[in-house]
Amino acid sequence: MSKEPVAIVGIGQTKHVAARHDVSIAGLVREAAARALADAELTWADIDAVVIGKAPDFFEGVMMPELYLADALGAVGKPMLRVHTAGSVGGSTALVASNLVAARVHRTVLTLAFEKQSESNAMWGLSLPVPFQQPLLAGAGGFFAPHVRAYMRRTGAPDAVGSLVAYKDRRNALKNPYAHLHEHDITLEKVQASPMLWDPIRYSETCPSSDGACAMILTDRAGAARSPKPAAWVHGGAMRSEPTLFAGKDFVSPQAGKDCAADVYRQAGITDPRREIDAVEMYVPFSWYEPMWLENLGFAAEGEGWKLTEAGVTELDGDLPVNPSGGVLSTNPIGASGMIRFAEAALQVRGQAGEHQVPGARRALGHAYGGGAQFFAMWLVGAEEPTS
Amino acid sequence: MARYAREVAVVAFAQSDHLRRTDELSEVEMVMPVLHRVLAATGLKAGEIGFTCSGSSDYLAGRAFSFTMTLDGVGAWPPISESHVEMDGAWALYEAWVKIQTGEADTALVYSYGKSSPGSVRDVLTRQLDPYYVAPLWPDAVALAALQARALIDSGETDESALAAVGARSRDAAAANPHAQLRGPVPQGDYQVRPLRTGDCPPVGDGVAAVVLAAGDLARRLCERPAWITGIDHRIEAHSLGLRDLTDSPSTRLAAAHAGVFDAPVDTAELHAPFSSQEIVLRKALGLADDVTVNPSGGALAANPMMAAGLIRIGEAAARIHRGASRRVVAHATSGPCLQQNLVAVLEGDAR
Repeated sequence: MSKEPVAIVGIGQTKHVAARHDVSIAGLVREAAARALADAELTWADIDAVVIGKAPDFFEGVMMPELYLADALGAVGKPMLRVHTAGSVGGSTALVASNLVAARVHRTVLTLAFEKQSESNAMWGLSLPVPFQQPLLAGAGGFFAPHVRAYMRRTGAPDAVGSLVAYKDRRNALKNPYAHLHEHDITLEKVQASPMLWDPIRYSETCPSSDGACAMILTDRAGAARSPKPAAWVHGGAMRSEPTLFAGKDFVSPQAGKDCAADVYRQAGITDPRREIDAVEMYVPFSWYEPMWLENLGFAAEGEGWKLTEAGVTELDGDLPVNPSGGVLSTNPIGASGMIRFAEAALQVRGQAGEHQVPGARRALGHAYGGGAQFFAMWLVGAEEPTS
Repeated sequence: MARYAREVAVVAFAQSDHLRRTDELSEVEMVMPVLHRVLAATGLKAGEIGFTCSGSSDYLAGRAFSFTMTLDGVGAWPPISESHVEMDGAWALYEAWVKIQTGEADTALVYSYGKSSPGSVRDVLTRQLDPYYVAPLWPDAVALAALQARALIDSGETDESALAAVGARSRDAAAANPHAQLRGPVPQGDYQVRPLRTGDCPPVGDGVAAVVLAAGDLARRLCERPAWITGIDHRIEAHSLGLRDLTDSPSTRLAAAHAGVFDAPVDTAELHAPFSSQEIVLRKALGLADDVTVNPSGGALAANPMMAAGLIRIGEAAARIHRGASRRVVAHATSGPCLQQNLVAVLEGDAR
């Protein structure tokens, strides 16, 4: 049975900032959705269904906000689904929307993810004390730092690799008008001199807290034919999950991430990701996750990921650019961060990424993860319609 | 069945006993036995399931990412293809149904759960409302339902004795449902918020539901009488109560039309109507004839575990087809204040 090919024909983001005091949550999401519609040259009436995602409701203090946001997203009278898969949610949301088109249930779907972190405090939103359950140790950094240490010990990676990633991503962000952090005076020395937060993770190697939203318009082959701008095509997409804590779990390179990537590559006909993929938008909330995910996603052999980073392979002008947009390290509206990765991958293969465009990008990977490195969502997009 | 690419059926359904309190149980402990039962009914193991999808709410659990813990109950190792909606499990079933329609999975495990007992669910649900203009006033769920009931009575569509009859009939029916929280004669009781009395309102409770979906011939192998989902659709309305006619449910009617409810008569309806007055609204929107059996399980007035009550309606509808008690059933789930968002599915047995 053949699936309907899925095309991304509209992409919209807000300018991500620490606090959007000028708009409500509804105003924020509508801004991104309206930009995606304008990009696709479509109107609200062209949308058959809405799929919305965000990370936990506690971050804004609104339970099931899709109910309140139905009006702002033009969903009244339409189907509206709300996806929540922790930090991977932005990617999962795009995949659920993509499946609606692939299954020929709907023809044109608006998908959107957001976070307005300024409405509350994400660190404490993640740290609600529940009796007899392990809290997330005062924010995500406390949870992930030991796994970074394990990676360093396992691979012998030199201490400087993490700061190289942060320095690269913050410079890339300067080329992305929507990125939150625009640190014009950034230097490698400044990254390395920033305070240690969760050893070995320094302040400048962590993501900011952002307000922002990202939206995409997904459509079928007929919709793509009408699109005024080049479409990005979905060549493969998958989600994988594993438990949070169990004996034998590999926190450095989770099996769910490996399986998810393998499924996406199989669907897209990729046999050598390092050579066949032109750009990667990877979920890197703490700088060391770039070398870790390079291995997990099959771009480098086990223990070798840091060598690609150190050699400049992942720089914007390297031969495997990672996070040309500046990535999560420069922009982190948590619930939207995964969708931004997916959307930036699509922008690359549409040739619409502006100053942070990777020249000639034909195939790009969007990647997201969440929870205790246990939820994974990825898609591979291409400039050409998939052949199978 | 040419409407969709693939035939998909509910092949198994299981639920917990719905209880007023489950202080001694974690969510994982609540979920696990139900998952084991639903899988046992099909003979499938967790690792053989093509796609898993769940529904729950962090606000009921009182912590962020609460569903990460219940994943332990699934046994997600080796890693599984899995997703979650922060919605009633009926919408998780919808996502799973779409996944099977793409051809990427042939089977799906769907589950949802909610523990309302640790807090005041009346207060918790106020956090669903517009956060700037309405939620700060803390209008609780019963008060909002009472507004809807009052509008219905004022429009002449019902009266208090008719509402009382809905409650009495539901709990009578629940006498035969071993999982229900309230069974048999339940006094109409005092006014909670006029015009709604205790008997017009759902019990507050904790519970779990799970369903297995399968496609085509696999469904026929796994289940003697598969409950085919011949149509499924859901629609949302404006959030503000002032923008809606509370005596009607246009989103239910629209979803029903898309799901094909009106193409042929149904013999049974499982409606997610937590308040007696909402059954009146839904009957009208779905155009149910007087001879349709409504909520033979007792419905949400007998057991209303948040996030699971809608999935239970689909499960109960399917179980009747599995037993041969019904042939064409409409199942309905709702979300949001005063029936803001509604899902409608048609389930049919093979002609025989």
